Amino acid sequence: MRSQVFEVARRSILQTLRQPALVIPPIVFPLIMMAINTGGLHAATNLPGFPADTYLDFAIAVPFMQCSLFACINAGAALARDVETGFLKRLAMTPMQRAALLIGHLGGVMVVSFVSALIYVAVGFAAGMDFHAGFWGVPALLVLAMLIALAFAALGAFVGLRSGSGETVQGFFPLFFVLLFLSSMSLPRPLIEQDWFRFIATYNPVSYLIEGIRSFIITGWDAEALALGFGIAIAVAAAAVIAASGALRTRLVRT
Amino acid sequence: MTILPNGIEVEDLAREFKGGVRAVDGIDLTVEPGEIYGFLGPNGAGKSTTVLMLTTLLPPSSGTARVAGHDIVREGPEVRRAIGAALQEAALDPLLTGREHMRLQTTLQGVPKAERGTRGDALLERVGLMEAADRKVRGYSGGMKRRLDLALALVHHPRILFLDEPTTGLDPQSRADMWQEVARLAHEDGVTVFLTTQYLEEADVLADRIAIIDHGTIVARGTPDELKAEIGRPTLEVEPAVREELEAVTGVLARFGTPVTARPGATAVRLHGNVDQLADVVRALDGENLTVTDFRLHAPTLDDVFLAKTGRKLEGGEPAAEPEAVSA
Repeated sequence: MRSQVFEVARRSILQTLRQPALVIPPIVFPLIMMAINTGGLHAATNLPGFPADTYLDFAIAVPFMQCSLFACINAGAALARDVETGFLKRLAMTPMQRAALLIGHLGGVMVVSFVSALIYVAVGFAAGMDFHAGFWGVPALLVLAMLIALAFAALGAFVGLRSGSGETVQGFFPLFFVLLFLSSMSLPRPLIEQDWFRFIATYNPVSYLIEGIRSFIITGWDAEALALGFGIAIAVAAAAVIAASGALRTRLVRT
Repeated sequence: MTILPNGIEVEDLAREFKGGVRAVDGIDLTVEPGEIYGFLGPNGAGKSTTVLMLTTLLPPSSGTARVAGHDIVREGPEVRRAIGAALQEAALDPLLTGREHMRLQTTLQGVPKAERGTRGDALLERVGLMEAADRKVRGYSGGMKRRLDLALALVHHPRILFLDEPTTGLDPQSRADMWQEVARLAHEDGVTVFLTTQYLEEADVLADRIAIIDHGTIVARGTPDELKAEIGRPTLEVEPAVREELEAVTGVLARFGTPVTARPGATAVRLHGNVDQLADVVRALDGENLTVTDFRLHAPTLDDVFLAKTGRKLEGGEPAAEPEAVSA
């Protein structure tokens, strides 16, 4: 099964690398957004209770989330395309194990997400990020970022397999983006003035994923933030992988 | 049911979809090892549904089938190990090269690592894609995609090959190349081929035996010659050199067959016997000093068979072959 996983992952990576539109936006777009926000929202650091000295330290967590959204769309769209073109039927004709397809595919998407995460970290340090969690905080942050990417990629895989339609997967992008904006992406939850916004951000799991990543940078090893971040990422990833496995089982019907 | 290790035995196989539509409605057929079995029918007749069931990708609603000696419902993995399939659309990844497809397929089919490269290259060479092996599939022509699809179906040396409309949309040269390769697989390598097609000519040229399916049921089966013989004898159409001799020529032809409608200026009969009568007809016309400018033999075609069995022409089929012209 290992060689099956490797080959499926290899295909997934090649697919992504051969479509620049799937590589460049997930890396460049979040960095541009971050640069704009860092410049434009610097004044927010003057708010009483703002937890960071620079808006860069606060905002650098967001690109990891945006990258996960792209992982979601890429994973879902690729699997939907396999359904649409009949490629999945070809795979079903082989002795390949279902798990190999899902693990390999998600693995390929994760490799691309990992490279993107490394770039964000490098850009952050180059731009003067004040990283409080020390040397071991970097790999820990990358692990959390990968868990989040896995959760969203598996969600995308579920939608792609269930619908078998690339358009449907693309249709989910705005929904996920709204979830991102209605979180503590731009301001810490206690500083959100509008009650309805603060309420949504408090019950939006995306807030805790962002705050988990952010805690490595602005706080150091914050047990509560990390427990919530890792806990939600693991729970969503597990649920999404189970859902995607079920959708794959339905889609890969064979006697 | 006799178990054919490289064959296919189907008994009362049916598949019903939502809404009660019976795409396949209780078919029986037997495919002998090593033969090319043509499964002929128009779009929506039930060909692809049959293939999906026989390749274990769609459970039947009722009936049984054994492929390579294995039950398609209870022994799916064993069936899949024994078969290769190129389904209706060439299911390829446009972003991968031909060689990368072979690498993926050999791995997923469990070909030992040391053999993957050589086996993939050998198959690419066999289907004439070696030069294009490192090009992305999105740049391939329709014929190249079909040939790669065929090569992918062969990586694990299947004993039975399912080809679902393998030449649909191909130009005549690509179609001829595909026919040659399929014939070679059956006749040289002993692979049993189950071929669905909506092209009458394809079934006629390639298949050892044919079944015609329409509305989910098999309406005719046999060798192409048997099927043609079943529906009628050849027709002979003759045009005299001198129009005034039309009646005399008609009289001569009437000795050899039953008069049938002919084009203006010509006369025609459905021969009592077969084409062996032609020499006698020529001698009889010569004996009466009658000269002719056109002498045409219309052999029955599978199109005639399809028309006779279903009451309509095969949609999407090739136009009937031009009648054979013989100068007298």
